[in-house]
Amino acid sequence: MSTKVHLDRAHGLLLLREMLRIRRFEGKCAELYQAQKIRGFLHLYDGQEAVSVGVMQALGPEDATVGTYREHGQAIARGVPMDLLMAEMFGKVEGCCRGRGGSMHIFDRGRRFLGGNAIVGAGMPLALGVALADRMQGRKAVTACFFGEGAADEGEFHESMNLAALWRLPVLFVCENNLYSMGTPVGIAEAETAIWHKAAGYRMGGEAVDGMDPVAVEVAARRAVERMREEGTPYLLECRTYRFRAHSMFDAQLYRAKEEIEAWRAKDPIMRLRDWLERAGHLHPGDMDRLEAEVEAEVAAAVAFAEAGTLEPVEDLERFVTMDEVPR
Amino acid sequence: MSAAPATRITYREACRQAIRAAILADPRVFLMGEDVGRYGGCYAVSKGLLEELGEARIRDTPLSESAFVGAGIGAAIAGMRPIVEVMTCNFSLLALDQIMNNAATIPHMSGGQFAVPLVLRMATGAGRQLAAQHSHSLEGWFAHIPGLRILAPATIEDARHMLAAALADPNPVLIFEHIMLYNMEGELDPAVQGVDIAKARIRRPGRDVTLVTYGGSLFKTLAAAETLAGEGIEAEVIDLRVLRPLDTAAIMASVTRTRRVVIVDEGWRSGSLSAEVAMRIVEEAFFELDAPIRRVCSREVPIPYAAHLEQAALPQPETIAAAARGLVRPAP
Ligand SMILES: Cc1ncc(C[n+]2csc(CCOP(=O)(O)OP(=O)(O)O)c2C)c(N)n1
Repeated sequence: MSTKVHLDRAHGLLLLREMLRIRRFEGKCAELYQAQKIRGFLHLYDGQEAVSVGVMQALGPEDATVGTYREHGQAIARGVPMDLLMAEMFGKVEGCCRGRGGSMHIFDRGRRFLGGNAIVGAGMPLALGVALADRMQGRKAVTACFFGEGAADEGEFHESMNLAALWRLPVLFVCENNLYSMGTPVGIAEAETAIWHKAAGYRMGGEAVDGMDPVAVEVAARRAVERMREEGTPYLLECRTYRFRAHSMFDAQLYRAKEEIEAWRAKDPIMRLRDWLERAGHLHPGDMDRLEAEVEAEVAAAVAFAEAGTLEPVEDLERFVTMDEVPR
Repeated sequence: MSAAPATRITYREACRQAIRAAILADPRVFLMGEDVGRYGGCYAVSKGLLEELGEARIRDTPLSESAFVGAGIGAAIAGMRPIVEVMTCNFSLLALDQIMNNAATIPHMSGGQFAVPLVLRMATGAGRQLAAQHSHSLEGWFAHIPGLRILAPATIEDARHMLAAALADPNPVLIFEHIMLYNMEGELDPAVQGVDIAKARIRRPGRDVTLVTYGGSLFKTLAAAETLAGEGIEAEVIDLRVLRPLDTAAIMASVTRTRRVVIVDEGWRSGSLSAEVAMRIVEEAFFELDAPIRRVCSREVPIPYAAHLEQAALPQPETIAAAARGLVRPAP
């Protein structure tokens, strides 16, 4: 894979489409939450799409991803089929985790998507182990580990950064800095608010990129991953982004001003890329409508799949608490 | 063909042989933890293994319990068979999140897509005047958690052979090694090539009372049984070996024969493993009992430093014998 990003028509449309798929899928999730088809915690990724879509361009099928509880976008960008995701949120047995995980615990073995972790920071140690196992088994794979800037408050972040650097583990630490951890602004939780600066303390490379620009994220991620495959060293990529919606479905957003949200909405990654592609002559009349229609159909099919899904028999409640064998 | 003679080794050496053999037998197995390499393990279990097996297989970690236990989980998910050593269960609290929220949940939460074939070893228990923060017995806590298998090897044979069975288990297995056992010497029968990690064992048969115990309390309980035998009371001693899932059938079978039971557990009494064992007996064998269930547990204090106070806080052969005696020959 090359570090060069040729932002031709095809690639531009691909990035646009991927972001749109996440946005529309989640728009539908919010609706279905109001309709009480989806329950529990639901954390939307609205505004942050460029991060996952950009990073995933740098990964191949052999690579692994460790996600957060705000991971629908990470999963979709990684290629987890929408219908399995939607069925999971409906709590159906056809869901990717048979309805046992729900929104916050998406796993997909085939795509090496290792959750969906609802303990802030808890995915980071897992990512180290996956990278270590890959190296010990002679695989050239890298592991992308997503986390919010709130996770940088946690000890697990610091332990993991240190161990990754010390053992030269190929982990791409992707910090999605959306400026808030629930209602706590980064400035009152972190002594050093530039998260990427923390990499230096571990002799790790790092940088901050515009997380509202999928191309910037992709360029940085490709560069980091390419170096990682050669040298095995980890890297911290801080993506400066923003979530347009509430933290979860239970958040009155008392902690931030409407004007702030509006100012960030003006940087909407989807609009920005669309406008840029248009100006560059890559987006033709009718393209956007076609994309929207295709994505809408995909989402509708996912909802239909979830609706038609069945419930796991209660007799299977205790299945997989312990495993009879290690799945291959 | 004549059988090889039994060798006399320590519990520590049995643990060491088990790790060495496991690493030599399977390229996926490695050991990591604090001071397992250059220092040789905080209880000297892995002494010499770094020199023999190299840095890839014997990995010294920083003091980051959460990170290296979590890394063990990730490595297990990604195809390795890690043995992670947490120096003592006292420090496992810093990795509790990884153990409980990741290792124990991921197989079920992922709908069976991932198994976590991880082995976590740690020392447990009191008796060396290490004071409150180094003397916990937390195996009963961990036995609360669905998805984990909890082992308490008390004998040389179990110390030598439980590890291989634990590594063959597709689930996370926690092995608790009692600190007072490491120096214990005993015979290792070379004819025994492996042990199960499912069943309790009767370590001494008897007809008058059942003494249920495990781990570091086994030998205190056997000593109590010896005392009782001198008084004409034949106590049956059951070594649980596996604290989760419990081998309830073995307990019920014994209790049904003896009709009296004392549970000996170095954990604190409140909300303990001994409480769980007692309640299962009540649920399944209440009408077989001729006497109330008794428990001998640690006193409900942070384990103190001073030797006499520490010993007073722990189950002792005398307190165990007294409890059994009280059941078999109640005071008139
Ligand atoms: C260890 C832990 N502490 C607290 C919580 C409750 N909680 C859930 S999300 C969240 C905010 C995390 O913020 P951040 O990491 O920046 O991610 P974001 O929600 O912004 O995507 C908190 C405090 C948790 N899930 N886990």
